[in-house]
Amino acid sequence: MSIAITTQIICFSVLSLVILIGALGVVLLESIVYSAFLLGGVFMSVAGLYLLLNASFVAAAQVLVYVGAVNVLIIFAIMLVNKKEDLKPISDIKSRRIISTAICLTLLSLLIRVDLTNVWSLSSPQNSIGEESTIRIGEHLFSDYLLPFEVASVLLLMAMIGAIVLARRDVMSKDISTGLPVDQELIEKSSETLLTNKN
Amino acid sequence: MMNLESIPIQAFLIVSSALFCIGIWGLLNSRNAVRVLMSIELMLNAVNINLMAFSSYVDNNLIQGQVFTIFVITVAAAEAAVGLAILLSLYRNRVTVDMESFNLLKW
Repeated sequence: MSIAITTQIICFSVLSLVILIGALGVVLLESIVYSAFLLGGVFMSVAGLYLLLNASFVAAAQVLVYVGAVNVLIIFAIMLVNKKEDLKPISDIKSRRIISTAICLTLLSLLIRVDLTNVWSLSSPQNSIGEESTIRIGEHLFSDYLLPFEVASVLLLMAMIGAIVLARRDVMSKDISTGLPVDQELIEKSSETLLTNKN
Repeated sequence: MMNLESIPIQAFLIVSSALFCIGIWGLLNSRNAVRVLMSIELMLNAVNINLMAFSSYVDNNLIQGQVFTIFVITVAAAEAAVGLAILLSLYRNRVTVDMESFNLLKW
C-alpha cells in the first residue's frame, strides 16, 4: 500500500476505536433505535478496515450488503415490532450478568493471549497483490469456488422464499403452547386509519 | 517475522477478538430479540475481520480469505432476512419481543 505507515496507524486506531465503542453502544444502550444506527457506524468502520487491508471489492460489498440491506432490514423490524412493554423482572439477573461477563472476559483474555504469544509465520510482504484483488476474487469465484458460488445462489433463493412465507400475515387463532386465543389486535388494526390515536 | 512497514497482524486480531466477545456478551444478556440479531451480526463481522487479516498477511497471492468473506457476507444476509421474518411471525403470535417469553421448544 502506498500510504505512509503513520497514516495507516492513525487510520487503524480511529477505526478500531469507532468499532469497539460502537459495538459496546450497540450492546449496552437502552434505546434499540440508537443501537441500530450505531450498528450502521460499526459496519462502515469495518469496511474502512477492509480498505486499509487493500481489499476494495470486499469493502464495497460490506457497505452494500450490511449497511444497505441488513441494517435497513433491522431498522424496519424495529419499526414493526417497537412496542413499549414492561419486561418481567428476572430474579437471578445479577448472577446471570456476573457469570456471562466472567465467561466473556475469560474468552477475551484467552484469545488475546493466543494472538500475542503465537509466532505467526508471515510469508510475503503485505499487500503485494494490491488493486488486482478484485480480478483475483472473480477468478476464484468462477474456477475453484464455482460450486460454493452456485450453492450460495440457491441459498439466497431459499432464504428469500422462506422469509416471504414466514412473514406472511397468517396468524394462528390459538397459541400453540397455552391454547388461549391469540390477541388479534395487530391484524384488525389495518381496518382503522393510522395516526388517529395521536391526538 | 513481520516487516516494519505495516501494522502488525496482532492489532487486527485483537480488535476482532474484542468485537467477538462484545457480540457474545450481547447475545447472552439481551432481552430484546432484535438486539440478539444485532449481536449475531457483530460476531459475524469479527470473524470477517479475522479472515481478511489472515488473507492479507499470510496468503496474499491467492486471496482465499477474501472469497470466504464474500461467502460469509452472503450467508449473513440470508440469516438476517430469515431471522427477522421469524421474529415478525413470533411477534404476531405472542405480541412481545422479550427473549424470556419465547419458550415454545422447552421440554
